[in-house]
Amino acid sequence: MTQRERPLSPFMHYRWQYTNTLSILHRLTGVFMSLGLVLLVYWLASAASGAAAYATALNILALPLIKFALFVALLSYYYHLFNGIRHLCWDMGWGFERAVARKAGWLVFVSAIVLTALTWMCLCLRIYAGGNGGLV
Amino acid sequence: MSLQSPLAKVLGLGAAKEGASHWWSQRVSAVALLLLTPWFLLSLIGQGDMSYGAITVWIGGPVHSVLLSLLVVAASYHAQLGLQVIVEDYVATKGTRMIVLLIINFALLLLAVTAVFSILRIALSVSPVQIQMGTN
Repeated sequence: MTQRERPLSPFMHYRWQYTNTLSILHRLTGVFMSLGLVLLVYWLASAASGAAAYATALNILALPLIKFALFVALLSYYYHLFNGIRHLCWDMGWGFERAVARKAGWLVFVSAIVLTALTWMCLCLRIYAGGNGGLV
Repeated sequence: MSLQSPLAKVLGLGAAKEGASHWWSQRVSAVALLLLTPWFLLSLIGQGDMSYGAITVWIGGPVHSVLLSLLVVAASYHAQLGLQVIVEDYVATKGTRMIVLLIINFALLLLAVTAVFSILRIALSVSPVQIQMGTN
């Protein structure tokens, strides 16, 4: 069978710019969150399997590596959330002007970092360090 | 020369007649998650107590169990749609692409069903008295 020359995807021959950085980050954070979904479902399933299984799950969720994964998932969530709102605005025809698009991109970036820091602090105080049966 | 009338040409969205449905479903699930995920984070931080007794009451309450189920289903569906686009863009070989998509679809369906079943199991085993005493 002969392979015909196929057209290349835009990312293969466009100049690197902030727009495609934000775009690839949207995909990357989506993949990270899909992996984070596994942890959420594991947590739910452990709670459904009884006190012993749940205690094991809490120990696993408190492991430094898993904590780091949860942090990355949270950062991914906020980035994906804000950039997703940007995408929905585009779908309605808003925010295509060069200056607005650039500003919105920065806004996504900064709000994601600020809200991740804020939420992570709350999670650490309320859940990881929670006195009554909180994660270690 | 096509025998199609101009109207039929305009109405026909291609052979499958569902060209926009994937795109649209992605937006609809995004809006659902825009509402469900902030609720989840705020509610979890507000809950604080991660002990087995408290968390089963939290998961199993009538409001939380419904919203949690919707959250996991919407997240799995949104992840399936998003990961599919990524795989279609970057996996060029048809056979590999199909196998990767099958694995992703099966894995996400497994996650969603496991989560909903776990939530149901907890909800049906927590008594209304427990829920009344809890924060749900």
